[in-house]
Formats: sequence, structure tokens, C-alpha cells
Amino acid sequence: MNTPVLSAQDIRKSYGRGANRFDALKGVTLDVHSGESVAIVGKSGSGKSTLMHLLALLDNPDSGTLSVNGTDATSLSHSQLNRLRNADFGFVFQQFFLTPNASVLDNVTLPLRIAGMGARERKTRGMAVLEQLELADKAKNRATNLSGGQKQRAVIARALVNNPAVIFADEPTGNLDSVTGGIVEDILFSLNKEKGITLVLVTHDLDLAARCDRQLFLHDGLEEPGLEQSGAGTRPVSVSAPASAPVAAPASPPVHAPTPGTPTRRGRHAGTEQGGAE
Amino acid sequence: MRFVDILGAAVSNSFRSKLRTSLTVIAVFIGAFTLTITSAIGTGVNEYITTQVASMGAADVLTVTKQGDQTKNIDAGPAKYDPAKASLSGGFGPGGQAPPGVSFSALTLKDIDTIGATPGILDANPLTQVSPNYIEYNGRGKFELTVDPAAALTTPDLVAGEPFSESGDANEILLPGSYLENLGLGKADAAVGKTVTLGITTYTGEQREVTATVAGVKNESLFSNGVGLSQPLTDALSAIQNQGKPSNTVEGFFAATAHIDANSTQEQIDVIKADLDAQGFKAQTVADQLGTFETVINGIVGVLNAFAVIALIAAGFGIINTLLMSVQERTREIGLMKAMGMSGGKIYALFSMEAIFIGFLGSAIGAVVAIALGSVISNALSNTVLSGLPGLHIMQFAPASIAVIIGIVMLIAFLAGTLPARRAARQNPIDALRYE
Ligand SMILES: Nc1ncnc2c1ncn2[C@@H]1O[C@H](COP(=O)(O)OP(=O)(O)OP(=O)(O)O)[C@@H](O)[C@H]1O
Ligand SMILES: [Mg+2]
Repeated sequence: MNTPVLSAQDIRKSYGRGANRFDALKGVTLDVHSGESVAIVGKSGSGKSTLMHLLALLDNPDSGTLSVNGTDATSLSHSQLNRLRNADFGFVFQQFFLTPNASVLDNVTLPLRIAGMGARERKTRGMAVLEQLELADKAKNRATNLSGGQKQRAVIARALVNNPAVIFADEPTGNLDSVTGGIVEDILFSLNKEKGITLVLVTHDLDLAARCDRQLFLHDGLEEPGLEQSGAGTRPVSVSAPASAPVAAPASPPVHAPTPGTPTRRGRHAGTEQGGAE
Repeated sequence: MRFVDILGAAVSNSFRSKLRTSLTVIAVFIGAFTLTITSAIGTGVNEYITTQVASMGAADVLTVTKQGDQTKNIDAGPAKYDPAKASLSGGFGPGGQAPPGVSFSALTLKDIDTIGATPGILDANPLTQVSPNYIEYNGRGKFELTVDPAAALTTPDLVAGEPFSESGDANEILLPGSYLENLGLGKADAAVGKTVTLGITTYTGEQREVTATVAGVKNESLFSNGVGLSQPLTDALSAIQNQGKPSNTVEGFFAATAHIDANSTQEQIDVIKADLDAQGFKAQTVADQLGTFETVINGIVGVLNAFAVIALIAAGFGIINTLLMSVQERTREIGLMKAMGMSGGKIYALFSMEAIFIGFLGSAIGAVVAIALGSVISNALSNTVLSGLPGLHIMQFAPASIAVIIGIVMLIAFLAGTLPARRAARQNPIDALRYE
């Protein structure tokens, strides 16, 4: 098999020190191949965002190895790392992180500005991607004045504008109602199918996870085995009937139920406290 | 990120919090305004002196004095009395003994000869100070007069007539324009060639009179005010002044004027000066004397500038504060930009640029306002308080020094920005994104 785009071998990450030390990831292994869509699923606090940030080389693991196209991440120079983040990765963060007073177009073209592209080309490409996400008429609006769904689309537009090879999306539908969420999902999966963009999705939504080729179930910083094969991208999940599809393999406990004896660290419904729109 | 984009982002970021930026800009403005004004005063005054000097010319004259006991170490106590040493009795007018306790080192006639014999010196004359009591024209009343002691050193700025004749053994006099009316000499052109009478007192107290021809009428300037007397006239007056002086007094002179070749290079002049220095004399060209003058003015302006710079340093802390708040507020934005591949260096540049922009804004506004206000005030002063010194514009705004001031302010702003910019550049993208 060809080398994976992203590969994580037994990565661990802990926050804090001493008594406050918290192990967010306790040894996770994952390969993501080009053109794949992979869902990272788990309840709130299970380490999904942490794993995604590590895969995207935004943070360094305490132990384990990360590699990109077969190259060890630790051997990358600062500028190689920056080029990778800028040109090959697209990010959709859990909170939108739009600059509130800048125009939608300026927000969307930020990666191009960082890349050093000229103003005219930036505008052309920014408008093209906004067109694609049906936001062209809002290009001149200030980012604060967008609705939640529009913000989410603007954020996706920003992730797309540099034609990335991999898109990392943290709860891309977490803040949206089911209809808008469905639209956003469709956009992401059509990009995956049509342009072959690799998708790494973080979600607590099992239906969304089921639409991906593969799922990684996280529980308290560890992969829950036995669940991985379940979706395999074979079962089509209709957006209009989100609640109906059971995801878990029959033999395994449902992922969102707390393991007996393990105290739930946060609320059961992960998405509810994440209204971080600016 | 391109430079224009960094610049554009810095400009728009600084306007994001308008009130905060304005207050910081005001602090910078005050410093830059003060600095512009003080340096303009320096330029104005120095320029005035320089033009005055340019009109004096006389590059071929050295003023020679005896190297000073004045500068002798005070702790060394009084020097041993030397009866052969000249006191300044001859120099300072009738009966003009140096005041008790003040010991000037004066030049003796022997010293003058020594100076004259120094290689490169064409001739040396004692600089005698004569004090005529009055000047009179044609019996139309006696008036007091001030003698210009530097007349021999300067090329006068003449309204009418000629400078003293080169070879001249004639008693000639140059009158300031303001003397004409009182003396009854009429217009400047008419005054030239007229004969005036000078009254002077001998050492023993008798009144004598000497006549002189008006060679020319001159403009008054900073360095030459009063009546100019030709060397023969000075000699004549000095002779009368010293009549009846006890012969045991060693005649002394405060200073001597020595002529050198007018085409001497600076090196040649330096050699002559070093030569005189080795013999115990201190020689100064007009330019040197002027340099002393300029040093004093530059010193004063320097102190004023120091105050302005202190104001600017205070403003620098304002910039640090503003930017630290800005970095704090934009932590997430910084995190986002880093996550999207912006290098730490570019983030640093972004915040530094913001600091520089604030510095530029404050200093440019400060300079413009200072120029506008300063020009008005300077003109008003020239027409009123300073009208006695024609050509003096107390403030002059030199484009180069304004550019330097703006540059300095921007440099200070940049330095102030380094701390916040470093903090921004060092942020880890994830910590920044998680910042609430
Ligand atoms: N900087 C940090 N310092 C301390 N603890 C942290 C830090 N970042 C994350 N954690 C902890 O690590 C654990 C995993 O966090 P992470 O953000 O990866 O969870 P998540 O799975 O994305 O949750 P959610 O679905 O709520 O976003 C959490 O318990 C969180 O409190
Ligand atoms: Mg998360």
C-alpha cells in the first residue's frame, strides 16, 4: 500500500504538570490515506480536538511519531512546516475564528495573504470559493454580521481557498441546525469525492461519522477497538434521516454511553457548550 | 505575506481600537512636536550665526591670546608673583588696571614679536582696546560711541563707502547706519568722506581729540556692532590713552591679531596653531570662535532636545502598553494565522509595523503642526521682539532634520514594539487558539 498522507504511531499527549497533569491522549495510532475521509468520534473531552491538532502538526506529541507523506514531522524545518500548514492543509476550527470586523472576503483569503499572493488573484480566488459556497453576495459584509450557518460556510471557504490536500474540520456542523448542517456536510463530502481532498473530521455526531470512509472512536484518550471497521464508508446515510442510522457494530456498546465506572468528565452532549462563534 | 499586506494589516489593526491608538499617538505627537520645535530653534539660530559669519569673511586672521592661567587648576593655589609678567593696564582704557584678584595673562610686546616670527604668520598686531569718550561731526553735538573690538577681524557689511584701505596709514572710521542721524551726517552716501572728531582721555586725565575720515557706513550685525576703527586710528588713540603712563608698567595686551595667508588650507592653519600652542599661545580663527558660540547654542538646544526625547521615551512606554493590549486581544487571531502557516517572523513584523506606524503617525502630525505653528510664531517674533536682528528667524525647519526626527521617533516606536511583537511571535498556535 502507498504511504499514508498522515500517520500517527502511538502518540501521547498530556496537559499540565504534577497533580494537575491530565493525559488527553494515551497512545493512539492512525493512518490517513490520500483521498480518504476519516471521522474522529468520541464524547466531549475524549481528546478528539487534541488528536486533530497533532495530526495537523499544530502541536507536538509528548511521545510517538507523526509523519506526513512518510516524512517524520520532527525533521521538518519551520518553513517547511509553515508551507505545509499554509498550502497543503485547510482548517475548520471548532470555534469559527473569523476576524469580526474584517470583511468576509478578507477573512476567507487570509491563507492566500499569508502565502504572499497578490491582491487581485486573491480576490478572484476568494470570490470563486465564496461562489462555490453560495456566499458571494456576502463577500463585502463584515464577518460578525453573518448568521451561524453562513459563518460556518465562510470558515469552510477559508479552508478551501488554498486548494488544500487535506481538510481538518473540528465539529463542522456542531453549531448548526440539522438542515444547514446537512448542507455543510454535503459540501465537504462532495469536495472529498470530486476533488479527492482528504477529510479529517472531528465530530460527536454519529450520523456524520457514518458518512466517512473510516471512523476512529476515542474514549478518554484511547482508541476503542472493534468499532473501527463498522462504517467503512459502505452504508449511505441520508442527511434527511439523521437519527435513524445505528452506527455501532452490534457487539460493541454504543460510543456515547459512558463506560460503567468511568465518571463522565463533561456533559454527555458534546456540542452544547461549544457555541464559540465570534 | 507581502510587505504591503503587512503594512495594510498593521494600519487597519491600529485603527481597530481608535481611542487607544489616538491616545498613544498624542503621546508621541507631544514628543515629536517638541523635538521639531527645539531643533528648528537650533537650526534657525545657527543658520543666522553662519550667515553673519559668511558676511564677515576674514579667514586670514587669527586671534592669539596667552594660554591661560585662567584654566589653571584651582587646587594648585596662587601662582608665584612675577614682576616681569604683564598686567593688562595698557589694554583696558585709561587707568584700566585689572581688578584686584583677577589675574589675566596678557601678551607683552615681546610675545607679539614671537607670534609675528612664527612661520606662516605674516604679521601680528596687539589687539588694543581703545575707549574714546565721544564722537562729533562738524560741531553738531558730542555723542557717546561703542567701539567694535572685532573690526579688524571682520569684513564689514557695508551700505555705502569702502572698507579700510589696505596699505592705509589714514585715520579711517566705519559708522553704523544708526549713528548717522544723531551726528547730523544725513544719508549714508552723503556721510562717506566726511571728517569726524573723536575725543579721548590720556592716562593722566587730559582730553585730546583725533580726527578721522568716514570710510563707509555698515549694517549692524551680531558680531560687529559699534564703530569700526582702522589700525592707524586705533594706534593713534591708544598712544594718547597711554600718555603719561608710568614707565615701570609692563605694557600688556589682552589679545593679538595675526594675519596669515588667505589661501592657507585647514592643515596649514592647524600647523600654525599647533606651533603657537607649543610656544604658549592660543590661536583661534574666526571659525573657531564661532565654533565656541555654536557649541554653546548646540548645548542649550541639546538640553531642550533631551527633554523632548524623554517625552518620547515616555510615549514609547505608551506604545508598549497599547501593543501588549493589542496582542492580548488578538491572541486567537495570532493563533489562527500561525495555524495557517504564518511564520513567527512575519507575526513579529506585523506588530512591529503597527508600532512603527503609530510612531510615524504621531511624529508626522507632530512635525506638521510644529512647522505650521512654529512658522507663524517665528514670523511674529521676527517682526516684533527680534526686529533688531534683521535676518534672524528664530525657528527654521530643515527638511533633513525633520526627516531625522521622524526617523528617530519611528526607531523608538520600533524598539518599544519589540517586546509585544516578540510575545506575539512566540505564541504557540494551539495555546493561542484555546485562549478565551
Ligand atoms: N491546554 C490544555 N490544558 C489542560 N487541559 C487541556 C488543554 N487542552 C485540552 N485539555 C484537556 O484535554 C482533554 C481533551 O481535550 P479536547 O479538546 O481534545 O477534547 P474534545 O474531544 O475535542 O472535546 P469536545 O468534543 O468537547 O471538543 C479535555 O479533558 C481537556 O480539558
Ligand atoms: Mg473539541
